[in-house]
Amino acid sequence: MTSALELRQVSKVYGSGPTEVHALREIDLSVERGELVAIMGPSGSGKSTLLTIAGSLEGATSGQVLVDGVDLASVSRSDQARMRRRSIGYVFQDFNLLPGLTAVENVALPLELDGVPSKVARATALEAMEELKVADHADRYPDELSGGERQRVAIARAIVGERGLLLADEPTGALDSVNGEAVMRLLRAATQRGVAGVVVTHEAHLASWADRVVFLRDGHIVDQTVAPPGPESLLAGGGRR
Amino acid sequence: MSVPHALLALLREGPKYGLRLQNEFESRTGEVWPLNVGQVYTTLQRLERDGLVEATGEGERSQKRYRITSAGERELAAWLRTPPELVPPPRDELVIKVLVALQIPGIDVHEILQVHRRHVIEVMQRYTQVKAAAEEDDVALALVADAELFRLEAIVRWLDAADVRLKQRPSLAPAEVADMPLEPTHPMEVSQ
Repeated sequence: MTSALELRQVSKVYGSGPTEVHALREIDLSVERGELVAIMGPSGSGKSTLLTIAGSLEGATSGQVLVDGVDLASVSRSDQARMRRRSIGYVFQDFNLLPGLTAVENVALPLELDGVPSKVARATALEAMEELKVADHADRYPDELSGGERQRVAIARAIVGERGLLLADEPTGALDSVNGEAVMRLLRAATQRGVAGVVVTHEAHLASWADRVVFLRDGHIVDQTVAPPGPESLLAGGGRR
Repeated sequence: MSVPHALLALLREGPKYGLRLQNEFESRTGEVWPLNVGQVYTTLQRLERDGLVEATGEGERSQKRYRITSAGERELAAWLRTPPELVPPPRDELVIKVLVALQIPGIDVHEILQVHRRHVIEVMQRYTQVKAAAEEDDVALALVADAELFRLEAIVRWLDAADVRLKQRPSLAPAEVADMPLEPTHPMEVSQ
């Protein structure tokens, strides 16, 4: 089976000579559809670089990045741009919604840029917004929405259409812990519907929503969690306190 | 968890039988703290002895119903406002393991920290599964799971900080480590 995302021996080096920085070193990582993977690590460990390379927002120095089995290096720049629009959704900490567009226009934008007729794009965008329970705010502008609502709109934009890969960089950073949890629930629900998700976070209680947590350190993957045995194991042995 | 005070709180809603108290205790604590009915009746007898509850007569199958007394109401109000014990255990096992690891030549302390970080996060994933499987409006369960999750997250944050401190001071002399207090001056387990 083809993974939604596969990184093979990916390295990234910035600068050269004495200023050379190895941001990523020989990373191997596969993410399947239906799986949510969290990336954790200290500042400078390479978390955000991994995400931008996975989303083809920048290139690797060496190694291969495959999205749905397609090696990004083997396609033209315009095809890469098309893949970014059609196959990959991004969620950022500061939402990155365009202030001059309404919520539904923001969600429909990637479809329209891809040549989908405006009416169809709007209908598809509204469907995504229904899933995220923000369809009622479709015609509001971003500055008329709360932080939690803006992030829901941003997630709707990231999953609209047929995207198979959802990449999120500290998507809960600007939110309190309960609204942050709501965002993680939505990302988890999206992946359970068949999308592959990768989320970078430094907060363990949010990472724990992922099926798998991958630990980065100095550009290396140093460890990852194994599939949890299930919540019933917590209840064995009676009261805890 | 104070079972006597939890029962007093449930009785404040009106007189109840032991079995009903057991069911309500479990459902309102997200079923994370199982309680057997024998424990409920033993606790009720002790509360009755102390004048905090009183029996209101017997119902079906000779079951006693209990109600809270005014002394019980005062005890409950005082307990709710009394801060819980926040003093950490005298020797935190995880802190000791890390300090000991620092003294052993050839041990990669970062690897030791990572083993514990992974373990704690795996436990957190299980609590999160409990929360994810519950109804979103099950506030009691969310509060119980959050209490555990934030307590565990405090341990992860301590491990993260230890990682950074040790990276910044990689050549800690063994003699310096040997002089470190084994009783932590900052309570690691107290996160809330």
